Amino acid sequence: MSMLTLKRGATADDLNPRGPRESLISRGAAMLIMGVFTLYFLTPIWWLFIASTKDRGDLLTTAPLWFADWNLFENIGDLFTYDGGIYLRWILNSIGYAGLGALLATVFAGMCGYALAKYTFPGRELFFNVVLGGVLVPATALALPLFLLFSQVNLTNTFWAVLLPSIVSPFGVYLTRIFASASVPDELIEAGRLDGAGEVRTFFTISVRLMTPALITVFLFQFVTIWNNFFLPLIMLRSQELFPITYGLFAWNTQLNQIPELRTYVLVGSFLSIIPLIIAFLMLQRFWQSGLGNGSVK
Amino acid sequence: MQHTKRAVATGVALLSAIALAGCAAGSGTEGSTDAATCTPADGKVTLEFTSWIPGIEDVAAMWNEENPDIQVKVQTGPNGNSGTYQSFFSQLKAGNAPDLGQIEYDALSSFRVQDGLADLSACEDVVAAEDEFIPWTWGQVTLGSEDGVYGIPQDSGPMALFYRSDLFEANGIDVPTTWEEYKAAAVKIRAAGGYITNFSTADINQFAGFVWQNNGGWFANDGEEWTVDLTGDATTQVAEYWQELLDEDLVSTYPAWTEEWNNAYNSGEVWSWNSAVWGANSIASGAPDTAGKWSVAASPQWEEGGKSSGNWGGSSVAVFKGTEHLYEATKFALWLNTSDEALTALNKSANIYPATTDGLNLASLKEGVEFYGGQAIYDVFAEAASQVNPDFVWGPTMTQTYADVSDGFQKAVTGQGTLLESLQSAQESTISTLKAQAIPVAE
Repeated sequence: MSMLTLKRGATADDLNPRGPRESLISRGAAMLIMGVFTLYFLTPIWWLFIASTKDRGDLLTTAPLWFADWNLFENIGDLFTYDGGIYLRWILNSIGYAGLGALLATVFAGMCGYALAKYTFPGRELFFNVVLGGVLVPATALALPLFLLFSQVNLTNTFWAVLLPSIVSPFGVYLTRIFASASVPDELIEAGRLDGAGEVRTFFTISVRLMTPALITVFLFQFVTIWNNFFLPLIMLRSQELFPITYGLFAWNTQLNQIPELRTYVLVGSFLSIIPLIIAFLMLQRFWQSGLGNGSVK
Repeated sequence: MQHTKRAVATGVALLSAIALAGCAAGSGTEGSTDAATCTPADGKVTLEFTSWIPGIEDVAAMWNEENPDIQVKVQTGPNGNSGTYQSFFSQLKAGNAPDLGQIEYDALSSFRVQDGLADLSACEDVVAAEDEFIPWTWGQVTLGSEDGVYGIPQDSGPMALFYRSDLFEANGIDVPTTWEEYKAAAVKIRAAGGYITNFSTADINQFAGFVWQNNGGWFANDGEEWTVDLTGDATTQVAEYWQELLDEDLVSTYPAWTEEWNNAYNSGEVWSWNSAVWGANSIASGAPDTAGKWSVAASPQWEEGGKSSGNWGGSSVAVFKGTEHLYEATKFALWLNTSDEALTALNKSANIYPATTDGLNLASLKEGVEFYGGQAIYDVFAEAASQVNPDFVWGPTMTQTYADVSDGFQKAVTGQGTLLESLQSAQESTISTLKAQAIPVAE
């Protein structure tokens, strides 16, 4: 969403360091607010990192925001071996659910949004509005009906039970439609047709490239959504070999009273589980940024 | 724009219609099998068992090795109230619940009211096993009915007093044996800079344990109607007692199970905890620096020389309605909860405190515990287990009752309202919740 608002409001001046200068006070105020927010968002992560490096005794007794004895690697080693290495399995599951789910969701949303933007057909607006309605329905509200539907076809407690619902992204359709109508010129599509390319080929070779920033955005959003999705796996899954990392860590966390060592594992596990998200953001961010620039300088 | 709005509304309506259709389709399948008979199946049977007890898969593996014809597949998840019950309810609705499930005593009524539990009294072995269990735990699984049995008791949580023997001794304070002495000790401890205990607003179960000890009860069921009594004399006495301690700042009010709470015990700020047997592990893990300084004594009593104990927690293994293997499921559940080998393994892996009378004498429960200065603490709990009132019954909407009482308690500790007032308002909201679910209530 932020991307859209930025795009609409952005002018060349915003990207140009030699643009009009603000007063020192307003700049200072802006820096201060940003500083406070940065601190607000980073402190918990810092705490998590520090906590991951401590052993269980130090965790309770030493300063929460500074190092005690360095135990990070031992903790990670213990985490990876606990219960037959189930944690690694969970990580792989999450990567599978989120990576594959986001990829498919992006492809489908992209195709759908593109079709809605570039082809006219009866019922187009109604269809689009139904999809928009889908944006308003929280995923949590759909989990139980989905469970009942999946039960009918014996798909609960399988990989598919989490993957299939994840490949639907109404927001992605909305975003790619808006983006496609703005960034894919009709002339280009016609040129493709004149050169003898079929519609599918035009989409995958030409339009997709123009839509990259939007597709990357959809992918990232969907990746994060699936990675953090909790309720769906909770409803659907019973075998711990299928759990994604969020659900697995949660299950551990509810057993702290019985197995105290889990506290360390939950902390280290949470810390490690944000790393794939950070990697995904860092890798995809430049496509995203370049897209923003492209859109605004015409 | 007007046009768009209407279309969106249509879309939403459509989606919710689809969602509703999904629900309706699911609920159509429930209740297809009625009271199953308890007869062995031909050939090999595989049972599904959902439990969040750590290490239970190893115990099931022991069973599987000895019983090739009745194989048990363990599935796991978060503990009951954190999601597994939710999952059971949806599975029951969809008609694909596991054969067996872990259910805590206070949630059994909810499942019974939703018609989710098989009546195990069809099985002779189950009826015959009654004598093996501590009487009050059996009361928990019959749900106050004459002849129905809706689960096999697994563990129990008799309560006793954990206290810092080193601090009590160093300050010349006697270990309180009555609640009156407990309050007197609280005053002395406050003067010494500590708190006698922590009153947690979230642990309504602990509060219920105090009421239980005082022979109070919150619910009763005569087979037709439920009676709700959150403000009876026994409850009022307990509520007023703790209200006094709160008003005079004699107890701390950290949220339970948090780092602050652990820290309060670890740093010696809080000196005692009247808690269940599994609390032994909570202290050991939350307050590692105080190893060797704790002891356990019987809970303070309301009357001098009284012998009454409360209970906090405990769970059962229930068989879900719709299972095709009632006979095999009860065989496994009985083995899991009565055999020495299973109970010993469960006690080792997850500190499960058995619900059978023989189980209290397990060799592993007779040893001294290092964290408690070598005291054989389980002897204290074994005695407490025999002193729990067997008639305490949980209601069918405990989640809501807990939430309402807890909300009120949170306000009470900050000085708005009192504990008793929150119980009064929870009484009303519990009755209206029962009515909303079409559960008959006696006024």
